[in-house]
Amino acid sequence: MVTIIDYGVGNLNSIKNMLKKIGVDSVISSRSADIETAEKLILPGIGSFEYGMKKLRSAEFFNSLQQKVLENKTPILGVCLGAQLLLNGSEEGQPVEGLGWIDGKAVRFDQDKMADNFKVPHMGWNELIIKKESPLFRDMYPDHRYYFVHSYHMVCDQPADILAESNYSYNFVAAVEKQHIIGVQFHPEKSHKFGMKLYENFIKFY
Amino acid sequence: MRRFRVIPVLMMHQGGLYKSVKFKNHQYVGDPINAVRIFNDKEVDELIILDIDASKENRGPNMQLLSEIASEAFMPMGYGGGLSNIEQVKQLVFEGYEKAVFNYSAVHNLSLIEQTAHLFGSSSTVVSIDVGRNWLGQYKVYELNGKKSIDMSVVELAKRVENAGAGEIFINSIERDGTFEGYDIPLIKQVSGAVKIPVIAAGGAASVNDFKKAIQEGGASAVAAGSMFVFQMPHKAVLITYPDSESLNSIMK
Repeated sequence: MVTIIDYGVGNLNSIKNMLKKIGVDSVISSRSADIETAEKLILPGIGSFEYGMKKLRSAEFFNSLQQKVLENKTPILGVCLGAQLLLNGSEEGQPVEGLGWIDGKAVRFDQDKMADNFKVPHMGWNELIIKKESPLFRDMYPDHRYYFVHSYHMVCDQPADILAESNYSYNFVAAVEKQHIIGVQFHPEKSHKFGMKLYENFIKFY
Repeated sequence: MRRFRVIPVLMMHQGGLYKSVKFKNHQYVGDPINAVRIFNDKEVDELIILDIDASKENRGPNMQLLSEIASEAFMPMGYGGGLSNIEQVKQLVFEGYEKAVFNYSAVHNLSLIEQTAHLFGSSSTVVSIDVGRNWLGQYKVYELNGKKSIDMSVVELAKRVENAGAGEIFINSIERDGTFEGYDIPLIKQVSGAVKIPVIAAGGAASVNDFKKAIQEGGASAVAAGSMFVFQMPHKAVLITYPDSESLNSIMK
């Protein structure tokens, strides 16, 4: 069973709908029991880092989640804000501590470094620059592209954790992977067959 | 890589999909679930659904229908119509519409825009501005499907909602709507030059060349169209189409 973690933020049903389409059973849940028994975890999220992290930390399942990921090494895929929460923190809102499972932080797109016609938030379809071999993109369709919508992007302390970058006036981290912990800045559940393949790979190979 | 988005806009009216000309003469296009499925198969960049009855009928979104529509829509989705409180926005996001489009509430309920931006981020907060002209030929903001003008300039409203946290502004030209006469470039330019957030051009598109103009001359970050994607000229027969990525990529070179 795949558990889509419900902590009050996120487009939870679109992830469930896509998993259903590829024949994967999932449950949207905020119950510790569903997290403890999950074979795979998905951490979605839309919105601000501060709000999301507070909701997550105050959730009744928070300790189960930490144990499940850090001790049982259950694969987890963070999506959009869910990917940023894997880091140590963010420039967004009041400073709050992130999960810290991958070293780095989320920073606002640096408009000073960007050409004039690039507006923030970054919204749109981008290709990836894959930085390391990963089953997440195995047998992927050619010209694969993904839908991004964000004002903040990830910055990693360890280059080895960077799975893919993308370009929006400058290159930024689009996906991270550290063993069983994965995060994607884009929305696979909103990225047609490309995202469907990505979820399929996450379920199959991790 | 092509940076701009091309967005079909669908209008829900009496449970079906309709397309207007200058916000009038609504012509039936088809069943929303079926149409969205076709757009999904065509791998469109994004889709916006506007319920044009909701505010008029003083009701919220038809969540059951929206949920059904979203169940096989694996693309970015925006919804507008009758949003008047944050609970509706939460439900909408949960169902898979990550963009809430505000029109009427942009003028009357700025705090809803603030709340949405605070909770879901500015990128989930879209404000749609319907623009017409008064008898002097000046641009005016209209509400309630173009029925009533308000006493605020387009740029003033755009800046006001940007300050409130909106992440995107959808500029809909009433006089170009459904006419296939091209976008109102000076209008788009006026707004895109005044705000830092992305502007979506809407109203009048007939070809990919119009997209190019809206982006290069108008400064739009995205383009939207209704009639162009649901009607085939010259007789306006219903046919759902979407340009292939090759022709979209080629126009920016």
